[in-house]
Amino acid sequence: MKYTILVNEGPYQHQASDSAIQFIRAALEKGHEIFRVFFYHDGVNNGTRLTVPPADDRLIQKAWSELAEKHGLDLVICIAAAQRRGIMDADEAKRQGMDANNIAPGFRISGLGQLVEGGIQSDRLVVFGD
Amino acid sequence: MTTKNFLFVNRKAPYGTVYALESLEVVLISAAFEQNVSLAFIDDGVYQITKGQNSKGIGMKNFSPTFRALGDYDITKLYVSSESLAERGLTVDDLMELTYEDADDDYAEKPSIILVDAKGMAAMMAEQEVILSF
Repeated sequence: MKYTILVNEGPYQHQASDSAIQFIRAALEKGHEIFRVFFYHDGVNNGTRLTVPPADDRLIQKAWSELAEKHGLDLVICIAAAQRRGIMDADEAKRQGMDANNIAPGFRISGLGQLVEGGIQSDRLVVFGD
Repeated sequence: MTTKNFLFVNRKAPYGTVYALESLEVVLISAAFEQNVSLAFIDDGVYQITKGQNSKGIGMKNFSPTFRALGDYDITKLYVSSESLAERGLTVDDLMELTYEDADDDYAEKPSIILVDAKGMAAMMAEQEVILSF
């Protein structure tokens, strides 16, 4: 089955990201396809590479980047939600005149149309949030 | 492009968190993709379409007028939970008059709000293909 995943909450504050990662791992293991993972609301905060959790805690952003690298996952951050919350790639930082970017490897920034397209193209859209 | 039945479930109050505002942003985008879009208002979500909202005192934008534009985007089915209204001491008279012009009926103005109980809400949800819950 083909899935699109929507993550609506930030890492650590909420378990949604952990649950989404576990769901995706299990789905891939069973031979399902992940069409896209879309990050919305505070979910965009999954895509900053500047998180430094304590040494005995899990590394949520790294888990995403590793999943993307290993399975070619399409991790898409909503641009409107990202702009509100300070998540930027190099192009966006340049366009907005900012002195830094913080996007993590494997993530890309795009529009909400990518979420709607995911709903249209997939057999199931699964929402992880509050 | 394939047309699917999209349902946006709005469960949160319009202010206090950003869910309602950002949900409406997805709703408008999905209309641009020419999908068959419905909205549901459940729990505190019913407050999103109450009339006479004034958010000046909290320094936030009152985005409720945007709901009036949904008819122009062919989003004409707004299901409201009758139980959620009753639990909050609200009636349909406390909601904005949201309407659309029916192209199949000489552009007659018709109400977009459909009051349903939990059973009706469940039956409507069973007909959906993509459900996004905010």
